[in-house]
Amino acid sequence: MNIVVLVKQVPDTYSERKLSDADSTLDRDSADAVLDEINEKAVEQALQIKEAGEGEVTVVCVGPDRATDAIRKALSMGADKAVHVCDDALHGSDVLATAKVIAAAIGKGDAPDLVLAGNEATDGGGGAIPAILSELLGLPQLTHAREVSIEGQTVKATRETDEGLTYLEANLPAIVSVAEKINEPRYPSFKGIMAAKKKPVETLTVADLGVDAGEVGLGNAWSTVTEAAPKPPRAAGQKAEDEGDGGTKIAEYLVAQKLI
Amino acid sequence: MAEVLVLVDHLDGEAKKSTFELLTAARRIGEPSAVVVGAAGSAAKLKDSLAGYGAAKVYAAESEDAGTYLVTPEVNALVAVAEQASPAAVLVPATARGKEIAARVAVRLGSGLLVDAVDVAEDGSVTQSIFGGGFIVKSKASKGAPVISLRAGSVEPEQASGAAAEETVSAPAVDAAKSAKITGNEPIVGGDRPELTEASVVVSGGRGVGSAEQFEVVEKLADSLGAAVGASRAAVDSGYYPQQFQVGQTGKTVSPQLYIALGISGAIQHRAGMQTSKTIVAVNKDPEAPIFEITDYGIVGDLFNVAPQLTSEVQGRKG
Ligand SMILES: Cc1cc2nc3c(=O)[nH]c(=O)nc-3n(C[C@H](O)[C@H](O)[C@H](O)COP(=O)(O)OP(=O)(O)OC[C@H]3O[C@@H](n4cnc5c(N)ncnc54)[C@H](O)[C@@H]3O)c2cc1C
Ligand SMILES: Nc1ncnc2c1ncn2[C@@H]1O[C@H](COP(=O)(O)O)[C@@H](O)[C@H]1O
Repeated sequence: MNIVVLVKQVPDTYSERKLSDADSTLDRDSADAVLDEINEKAVEQALQIKEAGEGEVTVVCVGPDRATDAIRKALSMGADKAVHVCDDALHGSDVLATAKVIAAAIGKGDAPDLVLAGNEATDGGGGAIPAILSELLGLPQLTHAREVSIEGQTVKATRETDEGLTYLEANLPAIVSVAEKINEPRYPSFKGIMAAKKKPVETLTVADLGVDAGEVGLGNAWSTVTEAAPKPPRAAGQKAEDEGDGGTKIAEYLVAQKLI
Repeated sequence: MAEVLVLVDHLDGEAKKSTFELLTAARRIGEPSAVVVGAAGSAAKLKDSLAGYGAAKVYAAESEDAGTYLVTPEVNALVAVAEQASPAAVLVPATARGKEIAARVAVRLGSGLLVDAVDVAEDGSVTQSIFGGGFIVKSKASKGAPVISLRAGSVEPEQASGAAAEETVSAPAVDAAKSAKITGNEPIVGGDRPELTEASVVVSGGRGVGSAEQFEVVEKLADSLGAAVGASRAAVDSGYYPQQFQVGQTGKTVSPQLYIALGISGAIQHRAGMQTSKTIVAVNKDPEAPIFEITDYGIVGDLFNVAPQLTSEVQGRKG
């Protein structure tokens, strides 16, 4: 079983996230960067599938230099090898361009049986990349999965969204995106961290992938940000200690605000 | 006037409220055409309500594929109509499914994808609220007609009359090898409370509520206010309340008139899903809880004393 896991490095949600003043792209230096939590879950799922049978797990990541940290984390959890697409020409690429690059990176290796991704990235992710890859690679999409099982050539998933549960089934190869409740990702062991240092990471440019540089980057995006402004932070309002009348006080406040 | 395609979100023969919001937004850009993807007879059932919100045309893409395969029937139908109608924009609801449909339609049409808009302008450009409401961004498609997913509750639906002339769409059949088959469905049954993302009042409980049984305190206050119930991720992870009610970065984004947080610390990821609420009220034992940084009115106290008292005050006022 050849499994590809797509991982993204994102600004840590615990730190302040900003857009750059210059071109309204993500200001990657303003916040700590981490492997997106949902991608840890995608890696965990890949490892569980591998451990239940046999196979190889390849991490694919499109991102700047420092995304190697996110890749190392996935490798230290137990993935076997990685492909890192890293190229200044990618700065400011939109989802469509990013998906094209990921598709090309997947296409460059051995054909996967399963592509695993997160359902939605935490940094303004559009919940779109897995669906676009399904379109570009011609693979069935089993997205927002809270449960996945593989039986022979069949993959089954329970999709959980705001609409409820949907039971899905397709033949491999397929693309699966995982949802928050799918598993608890393992912590990398000391042994895993040491082993990860020796695992192969292939670094590729856009040209290596045969993608036209005129299709990626800020200037070639299918959509453009015309204005961006931080929202003024909310100011704290009144605060009172409950002296046995807290509920009444809130009621009075709500009445004064004409909310009840 | 150019057509604007609106994907109709429907269940059991009824269009969801979000469809009327989309039709209203579409009228700003051009002439709205509703696209119904469903089993035979779906469009006929929906026609009157779509006409009531200004749909000039109703494209019916009816087949057995709809409901049998995930998203590809909707993608095929929208692309088929778009190729024939050359619309000024394509609008879908920003649900998980809608966002996936929009993404695939944008790829096929070679169009700019504008995700999770909170407002739409006449020229098809949009406003987005990102990083949990921390940034407001305006963007537009630089190639093709924009494919826009619009967040529920962003546009107030306004009635208008449309001809709703029905046209049959012959979309290509789904390629079964490239689509996931739907083998079963368990739609969320709404219950009596309003939909979380549509409610004008939301009462949420966090880890401080302490157990699934004690969530009754949250529910009682919600019911007195006609509110929806929400939960923090810690409350969901602890099994106090189901996942579908999670508010926050990885849960739902809500923006009600009034948000009441009970026993919620106010972690940044929770705020990301609720900080654009008009008025925020919180009850927390800990005076240092970060939730108080963004509350309009906060009570430092035990939620098990404060919330029931508030519930009876609200009930009392209703007489
Ligand atoms: C990538 C990522 C995504 C996340 N996504 C989300 C998300 O979508 N939504 C979300 O909510 N969180 C999310 N989180 C988790 C978030 O960081 C917090 O852990 C979570 O919001 C805490 O929930 P809580 O406030 O209920 O619990 P706690 O932080 O444990 O707070 C409980 C609060 O209750 C108070 N309390 C206890 N007993 C009482 C009482 N009797 N009366 C009054 N007050 C009481 C305490 O003082 C405390 O402030 C995410 C985290 C990460 C890393
Ligand atoms: N730059 C990237 N490199 C690798 N995988 C990505 C990248 N961007 C998105 N993905 C994958 O697609 C998922 C959904 O992202 P998105 O569609 O951006 O919300 C992520 O959780 C990743 O698995």
